[in-house]
Amino acid sequence: MSSTATSPAPQAADPLLSLRGLEKRFSLSGDFLEQLKFKGGKLVREQKYVHAINGVDLDIQRGEALCVVGESGCGKSTVARTVMGLITPSDGEIHYGGERIDDLSSKALMPYRRRMQMIFQNPYASLNPRMTIQQTLEEPIRLHHPDWSPQRVRDQVAEVMASVGIAPDWGARYGHEFSGGQRQRIAIARALAVDPEFIVADEPISALDVSIQAQVLNLLMEAQQERNLTYLFITHDLAVVEHFGTRVAVMYLGRVCEVAPTATLFATPRHPYTQALMSAIPRLEDERPQHLRLQGEVPTPVNLPSGCVFHGRCPHANARCRSEVPTLIATDEGGQVACHGVEEGRI
Amino acid sequence: MTTTTSPTATRWERLRDSYLLYSFKRDLIAQVSLLVFIVLVAAAVLAPWLAPMNPYDLAQIDILASELPPFWIDGSDPAYVMGTDSQGRDLLSTILYGARVSLIIGFGAVAMQAALGVCFGLLAGYLGGRVDAFLMRLADIQLSFSTLMVAIVVGALFKAIFGGATYSAYAVPLLVLIIGLAEWPQYARTVRASVLAEKGKEYVDAARVMGLSSRRIMFRHILPNTLSPIFVISTVQVANAIISEAALSFLGLGMPETQPSLGSLIKSGFDYIQSGSWWITLIPGLVLVILVLVINLLGDWLRDVLNPRLYKG
Amino acid sequence: MSLLEVNNLDVRFALRRGDVQALRDVCFSLDRGERLGIVGESGAGKSVAAFTLLNLIAKPGYIAGGSIRFDGQELIGMRDRALRKIRGHRISMIFQDPMMTLNPVLTIGEQMVECLKAHRRISSRDARAISLRKLEQVQIPSPSARLDQYPHELSGGMRQRVIIAIALLLDPDIIIADEPTTALDVTIQAEIMALLLELCEEHNVGLILITHDLGVVSQVTQRMLVMYAGRVIEQGPTREIINDPQHPYTQGLINALPQMATPGSRLNQIPGSMPSLDNLPSGCAFHPRCGFVTRADGSTRQACHDQVPGFVTSGNCQAACHMVAEMIERERIPAEEQD
Repeated sequence: MSSTATSPAPQAADPLLSLRGLEKRFSLSGDFLEQLKFKGGKLVREQKYVHAINGVDLDIQRGEALCVVGESGCGKSTVARTVMGLITPSDGEIHYGGERIDDLSSKALMPYRRRMQMIFQNPYASLNPRMTIQQTLEEPIRLHHPDWSPQRVRDQVAEVMASVGIAPDWGARYGHEFSGGQRQRIAIARALAVDPEFIVADEPISALDVSIQAQVLNLLMEAQQERNLTYLFITHDLAVVEHFGTRVAVMYLGRVCEVAPTATLFATPRHPYTQALMSAIPRLEDERPQHLRLQGEVPTPVNLPSGCVFHGRCPHANARCRSEVPTLIATDEGGQVACHGVEEGRI
Repeated sequence: MTTTTSPTATRWERLRDSYLLYSFKRDLIAQVSLLVFIVLVAAAVLAPWLAPMNPYDLAQIDILASELPPFWIDGSDPAYVMGTDSQGRDLLSTILYGARVSLIIGFGAVAMQAALGVCFGLLAGYLGGRVDAFLMRLADIQLSFSTLMVAIVVGALFKAIFGGATYSAYAVPLLVLIIGLAEWPQYARTVRASVLAEKGKEYVDAARVMGLSSRRIMFRHILPNTLSPIFVISTVQVANAIISEAALSFLGLGMPETQPSLGSLIKSGFDYIQSGSWWITLIPGLVLVILVLVINLLGDWLRDVLNPRLYKG
Repeated sequence: MSLLEVNNLDVRFALRRGDVQALRDVCFSLDRGERLGIVGESGAGKSVAAFTLLNLIAKPGYIAGGSIRFDGQELIGMRDRALRKIRGHRISMIFQDPMMTLNPVLTIGEQMVECLKAHRRISSRDARAISLRKLEQVQIPSPSARLDQYPHELSGGMRQRVIIAIALLLDPDIIIADEPTTALDVTIQAEIMALLLELCEEHNVGLILITHDLGVVSQVTQRMLVMYAGRVIEQGPTREIINDPQHPYTQGLINALPQMATPGSRLNQIPGSMPSLDNLPSGCAFHPRCGFVTRADGSTRQACHDQVPGFVTSGNCQAACHMVAEMIERERIPAEEQD
């Protein structure tokens, strides 16, 4: 069955981005005064946290599209935002091109800002309503290339507009004059304007209609081929993952439970949660939903279950699953899975 | 939502097609209010040219012509259309000059409030944490003193230290300062609330990811999107500031009688109501009420128009 | 006769630029116990259609023409009181956001009992017993405890189950479900859809499922309508439309799905976007995005530009498309010549 090595499998050398033991807790308790509580006649200070991500290890290779999937609340968006520096991690390290970037000052981070860009979920909120498209696209170029002449900035904007299929006369208009798909094109143009090498896309198509989703996905794939981009693609839509991803990481309750090349994952999902997720995709072919039913619901990330976070809903859970946290182990198929059952050969 | 505006629309064309103008054309109250407001402001601004007399010029004042009634009452003098006050100043001229003082103080104080409030509100909302806590507690403390209390303390101190003559010379800037300081928390709170709402939107994240400085994000990206509530609150605050100034002047803490504002005019006439000269108080009082009313009506209209929930829903 | 028959329904919105037609000439029917899917992208008018069925269309929208007959009764122009007997009682509705239906300050039990008592003369105890039975039917764990809980104490999936229980409370003939699972995660969505399907079959309840998700429609419904820019452009048995769509828009919609392409290859996209309803193209509303306006021999099919297509029947399906009409015509003529 599977190998029993407990350390992460050796990856191809020199990943573009690597996350090591990344953790993020959000405090629920407010300021100091709100943390004080009476308990058993004593005044105690009590802090509650939402454990959004709990020890995520991921490597992203140059030129690949790593998709992170999971259901709402699994921490996939927090991973994206932490990578982009919108959130500071509570623990763990982020390395980009070999350099640690999570502890850099905003000034030291500037060169990385140009190389890493982000595309957001909601095209209706991601464009500043008071700025024209031209202003929106010029701003990042001016910021990162202060020495460029106005003409060169305009040329760059024109080029990037052409590459995402925006008509040049859109420049003078405002974001609200466009449909969702057009806005998402503009948002992609903004990300591409500074010629990045790495793009984090946080659910970039989930707010769009089906026919528009295909347009945007095609655009992202074209951009990847032309500009040799690396993607970290966050989504909940497994059909998109199957089409778009080089590799897939499945997250559950702030942990990565399985990482594998896309074809492998869809052919042989190993983790019980991945299996349940796969069976729930509504497909055109089958007439009747034949999905694996999971017991119960996702526990709250405030009080994490002990051991494997999935044990409460897992049909294969045993005593070890309830007490010991599983780590990612390599499988024969070339992926990694964090499951005691797979390790012991039970699943 | 797509609009039919052509991509090359000028600012004028945008205004012409805008909802603002459309709703204005359909709102009679707003139109009348704006008209009255413009007439009042124009009259006040053009007071030196419009007014028959200069009430600041002692040479033109005839003490013998004091307490003359307005033209429709017996015993009036056709030279003084609205009658005269207790010192013999032409009431119409005094009201025009007084409205000018009131409006200068009103707009000046609001500009000061807005400058302070917008900066503090942006800082508190965007930076959050301790800056937010400190500035908002400061606002709470400021609001717990009423405008009158601040004015009494500052005005009395100023008078005591520099004397009445200096006070008269600097009365206008001093009142602007007092009313501006007393009411900035209104702005700060409104701006902070909208900043908190805007801060969560993805275009702010996009600007941060780009690497823009906090200052640029605050002023270039967030501030333009919080302008609607600032406009709305500004109308209310102008009306409030004019009322505050009138109240202070009525209590003798505001404009001296030599440079009367509407408030000090009302006060100066108040003592003569018993003797039958009601017009000295009533006419400036009416002007004050109309001025404040039209500003408030315009504010109501603006709030309805700029409230996106009412028309985007 | 069908249980529900909708004919030539026209719905307009009175906006300041003039009237905007949200639905044009919408016709469909639903038999007892039948499950119908209405598919379309945002702006196609599918939600307007659902709201219109119950006369819930809010101002500035109004019904400009057509008829909705339910069990032989005309619903358009019906008095409010009579309509209320049908709405919620014989036709019930499930919304995308459960909190639109649930009142946050009342317990689940209170809301269900209130709903029952509004429509039936019934004691509180009986109403509670019925409520409990309905909660059991939707497979909520520990249903009696749920009766005394508030909506915010339940998860999204649980709330949607409660909504389904409320929809079933008065044993309706038809349930209209407007994007019932869009806000939910895939695993929960699959469970809710399976539950809805099971309950409809078991109680012989008709279902009108409004969604943008072709996968869900193909699994749950027997017949489907495809809407575009306020019109129905194709209708017929779900399996036949999914396997052999006639209208170029339906084809495009299905082919655009990632699962229809080999992983990593270019997806088949439909160019452009849905026109806004106040600025519809002439002729067939889809023609600016359609690849079949030009015939195979290079000539332009002028009808697409200036004539609104009517329905043509092809097998069990109907499609509103000039290209399909032309193809059917061409197939018929050689067949007649051979005779």
